[in-house]
Amino acid sequence: MELRKNYFADVRKDDLHEIGQPRPRSDSPGHVTGKTAYFADRNFPGMLHLKMVRSPHHHARIRSIDTSEAEKHPGVVKVLTAKDVPHNVYTILILIQVGPEDETVLADGKVRWKGEAVVAVLAETERAAQEAAAKVKVDYEVLPAVFDMEEALKPGAPLVNEYHGQNYYLYDSGECRKVRFGDVEAGFAEADHVLEQSYQSSPIEHAPTETTGCVVVPEGNDRFTCYTNTQAMFFTLDNTSIILQMPGSKLHFVGGTVGGGFGGKVDVIVEPIAILGAKLTGRPVCFIYSREEEMQISSPRAAEKVIIKDGVMKDGRIIARKVTGYTDAGAYSRHSPYGAQKGAGHYPGPYTIPNVWIDTYCVYTNRTPSSAMRGFGVTIGDFALEVQMDKLARLIGMDPLEFRFINAYRDGDMKAHRQPTEGAALIECMQEASRVANWPVAEKYMAMSSYKNGA
Amino acid sequence: MTKVPVQFTLNGSEKAEFIDSGTTLLNALRDKIGDTSPKGGCHQGTCGACSVIIDGELRLSCLTLAETCNGATITTTSGLAEGGVLHPLQRAFLDTFATQCGFCTPGMIMAAKVLLDHTPNPSREDVVEALSGNICRCTGYEPIIQAVLSAARANSQNAA
Amino acid sequence: MALALQTFATVKDANAALKSAGTRYLGGGTLVVRAANEGDVSVSSPVRSTDPALSAIEVGGGKVRIGASVTMAEIARHPELGPLAKAARAVGGPAIRNMATVGGNLFAPAPYGDFAVALLALDAAVGTDNGEMPIETFLVGRDDSRAIVTSVSFTKPDNFRFLKVSRVKPKGVSVLSIAVVLEQAGDGTVSSARIALGCMADRPMRAKAAEKALLGRTLDPDGIAPALAAASEGTAPITDPIASAWYRAEVLPVHLGRLLLG
Repeated sequence: MELRKNYFADVRKDDLHEIGQPRPRSDSPGHVTGKTAYFADRNFPGMLHLKMVRSPHHHARIRSIDTSEAEKHPGVVKVLTAKDVPHNVYTILILIQVGPEDETVLADGKVRWKGEAVVAVLAETERAAQEAAAKVKVDYEVLPAVFDMEEALKPGAPLVNEYHGQNYYLYDSGECRKVRFGDVEAGFAEADHVLEQSYQSSPIEHAPTETTGCVVVPEGNDRFTCYTNTQAMFFTLDNTSIILQMPGSKLHFVGGTVGGGFGGKVDVIVEPIAILGAKLTGRPVCFIYSREEEMQISSPRAAEKVIIKDGVMKDGRIIARKVTGYTDAGAYSRHSPYGAQKGAGHYPGPYTIPNVWIDTYCVYTNRTPSSAMRGFGVTIGDFALEVQMDKLARLIGMDPLEFRFINAYRDGDMKAHRQPTEGAALIECMQEASRVANWPVAEKYMAMSSYKNGA
Repeated sequence: MTKVPVQFTLNGSEKAEFIDSGTTLLNALRDKIGDTSPKGGCHQGTCGACSVIIDGELRLSCLTLAETCNGATITTTSGLAEGGVLHPLQRAFLDTFATQCGFCTPGMIMAAKVLLDHTPNPSREDVVEALSGNICRCTGYEPIIQAVLSAARANSQNAA
Repeated sequence: MALALQTFATVKDANAALKSAGTRYLGGGTLVVRAANEGDVSVSSPVRSTDPALSAIEVGGGKVRIGASVTMAEIARHPELGPLAKAARAVGGPAIRNMATVGGNLFAPAPYGDFAVALLALDAAVGTDNGEMPIETFLVGRDDSRAIVTSVSFTKPDNFRFLKVSRVKPKGVSVLSIAVVLEQAGDGTVSSARIALGCMADRPMRAKAAEKALLGRTLDPDGIAPALAAASEGTAPITDPIASAWYRAEVLPVHLGRLLLG
């Protein structure tokens, strides 16, 4: 790899011993010999297998649950329903004061998405758990469901989640996160061209090769060791402590080795119910998602819709940008209120625009709850922003890369959310991209710098 | 529950166990014999993480019933290193940064080993084809392909 | 019920065992073990036969007979089955091809079963202990079929073409697959055509309208145009995570055209 030394030469240090040098990964010897211990590589005598009975409906009231046949099935040790969970309603981000608690560990009276956990079956073998799960009888009254964010926001739409009372997350700023900077309408009035476009994305599943799961061992001292592939160890420990009404000192979490996560293993879904199963049976318990569960049940990246309206001058300056972003949380919050908020902070992108208006909504629908994934709240927004930038450049007949140089943020520029820009390097990245991709731009852009006094 | 005897050679040593009939080779290896190097990624023949070599052929241990392997010779990634010395493929995976989360690595190495056993000097296309049943979700295919090619080069240099 | 595998030396004994409830014939495991792993509790007793006749490949007098337990890998490397190698290699990755059998592929639901598409174009005969039946008849009744498939037989084709379309290369699940067996007269016009399609219904199907439209035509863009226009007739493409029914129907004539002109 070639490290260019002509950028930021004044702040570079070239006497570094580690950065820029190849170093062996400390975990690779374990990986190539098969010795790395993932959570499922632990096996304990007498371990029970947990299988979940899931909702076949997108939205339904539960009239009754009959577990009697399942309990009698050979090999079944315990069947759990909502009443067995000490604090059944939770929300992950309550730890950072994002409420209300809005999601059930096991469905209580209602299911809000297809695949929601209703009954947990613990049995001696995986097969016995599967057979018994098939014998659980749940009587549902199917309710109207809503899958489209704009439909969900209309008056009279089916109410997805009663804990919120409306189909959007209520921020302290109201129905959406808002950024107001300058006068966006005045900017549109002054602009040579105004372009409004809408962009949308579907949910995206992380599909790690190792599925979500955990193995729990009850220790003799009333403590529980939980081997897990969570990517959010302390979120998981603290939320489990709340859900099980058990001091954190009783919970010993062992993890850190994850067979692919990409943000898909931050949701505190398998650990609480598996630990509860171990507590109520006194036996080790494993709860490992099947591949189908990983694809259908684990939360994906949220579907998003982004509407961007820009005012642009013939000389290439964007003088107004209005963005309305919708994040589809699915039936429950998980990390999506945070994702939508990140979007508000990220727009209008790495560009200095004097007049900006941002609204981002976190919307509830009867779809699979969405959550974190690699830059969630930002990635889809960047897709929309950069496609929009290309369209704007085409609109005014300008080279798309030169158009970005004109609008790139530089040190000292005030961003829409009123943080002054520091440490910008977009100009230099684009100069290098221009060089490497052989996409030449005018000399004046190659002479620019992220330091304003530099050009 | 019907218990059946199984007996096979695993990485050069004789193994004999009583298992539940219908147990997959993957579960028998991992839960009964204690070789956890084959991984269960999908249990449906899609990801290749459970790949092992049975009588010289690449197989998926998640779809193979253990009791059909009586008398077989089975190789897994945990058996490749000899006397603490890594197999050339293991060395190449280390040196070319061909592992990230590591979950697909044992299966990748099995698929690569079968390739090199039959085709000591593979083309890049041969490598891609040989690894086509193994999924890496950290999207590290390029270093993995390079690792296999570099192991092949190392082998041919040793042979020369 | 816990799983219990039953193994028999003869097909006859295995067929007898399959009369019991909860049984299903186990070939290479890529369908039956997969279903069990995924929680299908309807099968409690897989049944298999180690009869060596099931693993034989016989080629002679222009005829081919392939035992039902023969794997895709064995077909792909057989010196006298060259034209079929492409269809055999279209199934799965290397490990799957070492396991997946000809017999099993006849039962694989779309989007799987690419090799059965080839067998349909070859107009193969499907053998059981009760005799042989045309593959078309077999496929119609396969959901209720209980007799173990022992072999497939067909005439070695002169002009066999196969195409599998997938989004991931080299190994991917089918968007669709097409197999064609053609005979041409001395002047190059088509005198006989069998076209089989995969993923255009829940199981392989013949594109009979397209076959008819190809008769007497030459294999050039104008000559095949009526066949392409008729390609979708009678199809009911599947919708799955790989592609929608709409997409499959839209691209079918494009790929059929490429195969016929290629």
